[in-house]
Amino acid sequence: MSDTNEPYLQIRGVTKMFGDFTALKDVSLEIFEGEFVCFLGPSGCGKTTLLRAIAGLDIQTSGSVEQGGKDISNLPPSERDFGIVFQSYALFPNLSISRNVGYGLENRKAPKAEINARVSELLELVGMPEQGEKYPAQLSGGQQQRVALARALATKPGLLLLDEPLSALDAKVRVHLRHEIKQLQHKLGVTTIMVTHDQEEALTMADRIVVMNEGSIDQVGTPLEIYRRPTSPFVADFVGTMNFLKATVTTSDSIRIGDADIGLESALDDMATGSSVTVCIRPEDVIVRDIESETDNIIDTVVVDLEFLGSFYRAMLKLNDQKGSILLADFSINLVRDIGIEEGKSIQVCLPARRLRIFSDSEGEP
Amino acid sequence: MSDVALPVTAGIAVIKPKLSRDDRIMRGFIVMVGVWMVIAVLLPLYFMLSKSAEDHDGNFIGLANFQEYFSTPALFYSIENSFFIAIVSTIITITLAFQFAYALTRSTMPGKGLFKTIALIPILAPSLLPAISFVYFFGQQGIIKELLLGNEIYGPIGIIMGEVFYTFPHALMILITALSTADGRLYEAALSLRASRVKIFFTVTLPGIKYGLISAVFVVFTLVITDFGIPKVIGGQFNVLATDIYKQVIGQQNFEMGAVVSVVLLIPAVLAFIVDRIVQRKQVALLTARAVPYEAKPARGFDTVMFVYSAIIGFLILAILGMAIYASFVTFWPYNMAFSLNNYDFDVMDGGGWDSFSNSITMALYTAVIGTTIIFTGAYMVEKAKGFGAVRGSIQFLCILPMAVPGMVLGLAYIFFFNHPDNPLNFIYGTMAILVICTITHFYTVSHMTAMTALKQMDPEFEAVSASLKVPFFKTFIQVTVPVCLPAILDISIYLFVNAMTTVSAVIFLYSTETNLASVAALNMDDAGDVAPAAAMCVMIVFVSATVRIFHAIFTRGMARRSQLWRQR
Ligand SMILES: Nc1ncnc2c1ncn2[C@@H]1O[C@H](COP(=O)(O)OP(=O)(O)O)[C@@H](O)[C@H]1O
Ligand SMILES: [Mg+2]
Repeated sequence: MSDTNEPYLQIRGVTKMFGDFTALKDVSLEIFEGEFVCFLGPSGCGKTTLLRAIAGLDIQTSGSVEQGGKDISNLPPSERDFGIVFQSYALFPNLSISRNVGYGLENRKAPKAEINARVSELLELVGMPEQGEKYPAQLSGGQQQRVALARALATKPGLLLLDEPLSALDAKVRVHLRHEIKQLQHKLGVTTIMVTHDQEEALTMADRIVVMNEGSIDQVGTPLEIYRRPTSPFVADFVGTMNFLKATVTTSDSIRIGDADIGLESALDDMATGSSVTVCIRPEDVIVRDIESETDNIIDTVVVDLEFLGSFYRAMLKLNDQKGSILLADFSINLVRDIGIEEGKSIQVCLPARRLRIFSDSEGEP
Repeated sequence: MSDVALPVTAGIAVIKPKLSRDDRIMRGFIVMVGVWMVIAVLLPLYFMLSKSAEDHDGNFIGLANFQEYFSTPALFYSIENSFFIAIVSTIITITLAFQFAYALTRSTMPGKGLFKTIALIPILAPSLLPAISFVYFFGQQGIIKELLLGNEIYGPIGIIMGEVFYTFPHALMILITALSTADGRLYEAALSLRASRVKIFFTVTLPGIKYGLISAVFVVFTLVITDFGIPKVIGGQFNVLATDIYKQVIGQQNFEMGAVVSVVLLIPAVLAFIVDRIVQRKQVALLTARAVPYEAKPARGFDTVMFVYSAIIGFLILAILGMAIYASFVTFWPYNMAFSLNNYDFDVMDGGGWDSFSNSITMALYTAVIGTTIIFTGAYMVEKAKGFGAVRGSIQFLCILPMAVPGMVLGLAYIFFFNHPDNPLNFIYGTMAILVICTITHFYTVSHMTAMTALKQMDPEFEAVSASLKVPFFKTFIQVTVPVCLPAILDISIYLFVNAMTTVSAVIFLYSTETNLASVAALNMDDAGDVAPAAAMCVMIVFVSATVRIFHAIFTRGMARRSQLWRQR
């Protein structure tokens, strides 16, 4: 990843209309050479539309796309430089695996031997040597996926586009292929954009995640940034599990949840005292150990439910505010045993200041 | 996708996509299909419509011809006759075909494959074949004419019987499709509620196939009301619209009145076409929501009844076909019943010799090869081209339009258009080319829809993948689309071939002495009183159609074996 150079792909103000419907609203984005970027968002938010605009398959209504310093905004796909893998893989059913992989090479009038060598190399690369004589229908979904990947990479494109490449696969195969694709991408260093609606996939694979919502980009950042510091309630809710608690601003750097005063890490900028806000905290960030009377940000709760999830417990904690809001908290098995957490028991928990995200209520609920 | 302009957002430049070479080739081809449709359907129809509003000298006289038509009882009685024949035939055909389809899909009787094959035989024959057979069964010298209880076979009885034979397989195919797409879960639910077979029929079966049923009704109705061969052979003094067009044009050289009758015939055909389109659209929506296919379970009594019924229908079809074959070999019915090949000595008959038979094969081959190429490629371009929305939409409409135009109307319209002295295409009049163009156009719609169905089953991203690999679309078209769609392509070519062999209605106005056709020759021989040679010619047509079909079946099977490695079922 390089961040000092010019971006490899520069998207400026891209808008896409389907009739009266706006599928993309003024989207701008920079992607750098060698990066692995995921477009993440719920179904129908415009991820595929943006990918297809980049590929030239459905050219944007307005806005520009530059690749490698060249304006490709109005070029047809055949004059752009990319390889693509679709959700359906779109393998040619009547051609053997070898011919599928070599399809783009055959047309370049390369010598036969050269094509064969390259095809073997690619099949090797995706972990499918010796399978070239088979037909797509004889392969499993995961294998078809690899072949589609090999075909897309055969012509050494500068940009690799993947549209939900794993969503048609079983959970096990999916997890396995995540790593393989990521490693392959790392090895080849090809700039890659992958569309997915699976946040786990995006978090594990991407160098940077582009979170999209209703045709716009909500946040761009590394997986850790997206997870730790979501900049909108939408992102906070979409990625991982998040508690949303109602609170009131008391001073410039503190808020009140029920009758508990909660201090913040830094001053709230543009939120007036007395205005209502939403506080976000992840269940695993709720602390219950080593709480003493002088610890900050303590809040009284009652355990109303304790659910065993294998490697940890998820507790439903009821706050004693008027609405009886619920706070989810994840506790390790040891912790539950040591402290003796059980249903009905009152416990004090701490909401650490540096783990809190505050959104003014005018930003809307997720 | 669409080229809709942005709601003027100040200062924002709308991107105008640059067309690739692929885009330009595709658009060029789409425009060619459009030009074909305009020349082969729209302009001829326009010329026909304007002819109906002209006098003999070509002056515009408004609706005067129509006034004359509706004040001449001999003419407008045919409307009633046509509707009477069409309605009665439709009721009988649908009733018989429905039961047959029911037996094939809902029973576990033996011999289903054989029964279905037999039931589809009438498609291989020109429509005059059953009419000729009925003459031998029930005519003056008919072998079982007593069964008519003194009624005359020449007239409505003969026409209706012939139409039922001719339209049976068409109704059957639609009804089989409708019945086999039923949802098995509904039946299981009904059975678990202990509903009787009759109750299930009315509460589950009938509602489930209503669109198929309506579609079958309109298809049969249209086939009957536009058919020419059967009423021509066995109609006697009973006039219908299709035969009136022929009489006005060929008999009285009254082209204007021919055009008027054509317009009158066009109206019910177009209405039936519109209803069928609406219904088809709904049926598609139903289909996609369907899940578990119904599986028939053995039921002794029911299966026996269904078997006996199917056997009777199968026997009748074979008997009608068999009579034509038998009569064609009889030396001189009823005086010399010895077998000979005299009736096959076409060269000595009035009406057309063996030349017409070879002309038919030539015409059918051209139609199949050229027609399949144009129709499949055209459907591909219309389906896969990007942008160009409005043009693609209108071409799509033009491609299904020919179905609404009866053959007689199309043929007559071709006279008006192509024989017009100012038409630069005038030179194809009277040649093989006009017969091929007319026949391809006449049978365009069904072929186009077959192609569309096959193309829609292809992964929509093949073209996108090719473009990303910089492979021109036509390479992928040849290397992937055509091989994968080969079964559909063969179906289209067989359909075109068989129809080109059997059709009479459109080409009756367009053949010349050098390009006489077998089906037309059969009709003319019958007209001249040579009924047995006419039967012989029909038998030759059936023979060729059947042979081609059998080769098709063998080829398809071989192909399936070769491609089973990659073809998913
Ligand atoms: N060809 C099209 N015509 C009309 N609407 C479309 C078309 N393609 C996508 N859309 C709409 O645009 C929105 C975004 O679609 P898409 O980009 O496919 O979403 P996703 O994020 O699930 O990939 C959806 O509401 C979809 O219905
Ligand atoms: Mg998508």
